[in-house]
Amino acid sequence: MSVRDEVLSLLCENARHSTADLARLTDADESEVETAIEELEAEGVIRGYGAVVDWRRTDDEPVRALVECNVTLDRETGYDDIADRLARFPEVESLRLVSGDYDFSMGVRADSMGEVSRFVSEKVAPVPEITQTVTHYLMATYKENGVEFRDGHDDDDRLSVSP
Amino acid sequence: MKPSERTQRVPPSGIRRFFELAEEIEDVISLGVGEPDFTAPWSAREAAIDSLERGKTSYTANRGMSDLRDAIAANVEERYALDYDPDEEIVVTAGASEAIDVAFRALVDPGDRVAVAQPSYISYVPGVIFAGGEPLRVPTREADDFKLTPEVLDAHDAGAADALVLCYPNNPTGAIMTREELAPIADFAREHDLTVLSDEIYAELTYGTDHTSIATLPGMRERTVVFNGFSKAYAMTGLRLGYALAPPETIRAMNRIHQYSLLSAPTTAQYAALDALEHGDSAVTEMRTQYDRRRRFVLSRFAELGIECFEAEGAFYVFPESPWPDAEAFAEALLDETGVAVVPGDVFGAGGEGHLRVSYATGLDDLREAMARIEAFLE
Repeated sequence: MSVRDEVLSLLCENARHSTADLARLTDADESEVETAIEELEAEGVIRGYGAVVDWRRTDDEPVRALVECNVTLDRETGYDDIADRLARFPEVESLRLVSGDYDFSMGVRADSMGEVSRFVSEKVAPVPEITQTVTHYLMATYKENGVEFRDGHDDDDRLSVSP
Repeated sequence: MKPSERTQRVPPSGIRRFFELAEEIEDVISLGVGEPDFTAPWSAREAAIDSLERGKTSYTANRGMSDLRDAIAANVEERYALDYDPDEEIVVTAGASEAIDVAFRALVDPGDRVAVAQPSYISYVPGVIFAGGEPLRVPTREADDFKLTPEVLDAHDAGAADALVLCYPNNPTGAIMTREELAPIADFAREHDLTVLSDEIYAELTYGTDHTSIATLPGMRERTVVFNGFSKAYAMTGLRLGYALAPPETIRAMNRIHQYSLLSAPTTAQYAALDALEHGDSAVTEMRTQYDRRRRFVLSRFAELGIECFEAEGAFYVFPESPWPDAEAFAEALLDETGVAVVPGDVFGAGGEGHLRVSYATGLDDLREAMARIEAFLE
């Protein structure tokens, strides 16, 4: 695996790895790691860095929903045009074109169920190409970005010293 | 009751003593563990659960389920170019440890001398003694990167022994031996008519060079017993499943002991192992990738601390020189003052003196913190 691929893989696991640690983990020079990151950012491969948060443990747990959207296309309007319009709303956390029974899977985040409902009915549904929306409120998160949220899962009860 | 003389000849494990020290300290960050911090692949665990739900709770054939032996034969053929008959040349045991113990008892007569390349896994010498044999300790040298050489074997009169125990990839040094490096050892074994007992439990965990089994060298298959298992590669330590590969006569002898002492390896674990062989490749690859990163991290940190540490290429240990002349005193002080547990190298026998075994089978965050504490301790 190239340094570039290793760095990408490590940052996906933990975006907080320091450059020094990335160098140690990949057996590369720090300058090589810095160059790889700069390139990955410049090429748009790395689009940002974020935390995996268990919002239930915070005081202001937001309401999150998955909204299925069906659309109709015409000669002037494609999926990218609709996506471009929807993605600009700050309430939209994620937006993906998917195969199957509906076209877009949209992750929405707001302070209350009412806000989510209003956003969908007042902002999303009126978009002319959108023919149907189905809103699913998220009730619990068990795993996100590869991280499991269950308590006690990582307890290490191995012998401290063993053969 | 009077314990047997054999048991009296074997002192308590040095690791055990260190374990007891570590248990007295809260919040230990352990770099002393000899088992993966990963969990067995979910698919293998599901297979174990499924076998229980289906009521597969009976004994299996003494040698292990035929499906499992078939899968083991196919696997070792594909991975290590080892060709064994699943019906005659494989026995499934409760961990590689049982296979090793049974092999000693099957092959060693009272008074037989068994050369043990050290430093190595702590059970070989006691195993030889329990079987009534006489262990001959053959220390490997750091100057040879802890690889065994015919010169060292000669220097310790290993040619006069009846058997030779190897452990590569090695616990505790992380050393591996390539085909070229094993060739003169094979020559020595043939020349001196030595049986070779080759513990290859870490065969899946090499970083850069594929594992070579000494049994694949010319003339070695008929004089070698290969041990392997599921504990390290598949993170299945608690399921206790291993196996031995050897010519039919040896397996028959081993199975004679195995069938009277254990009857058969745990059935649930055999179903898990079968699934692991069929579906565990990606999990093994992922674990190996993570170990390799940690290996680089730890080697790099020791280099930054100015501590000599040869480039371990296998297993999940590095074997740095102790910063103090007395490695045991250093390990005790480190544990006492920082809560970081490492194991003094002399626990693993001749050649391990003045070193520390540092396991990287623990999470990166803990490794990072442990190395920071070692750095602060040295300052």
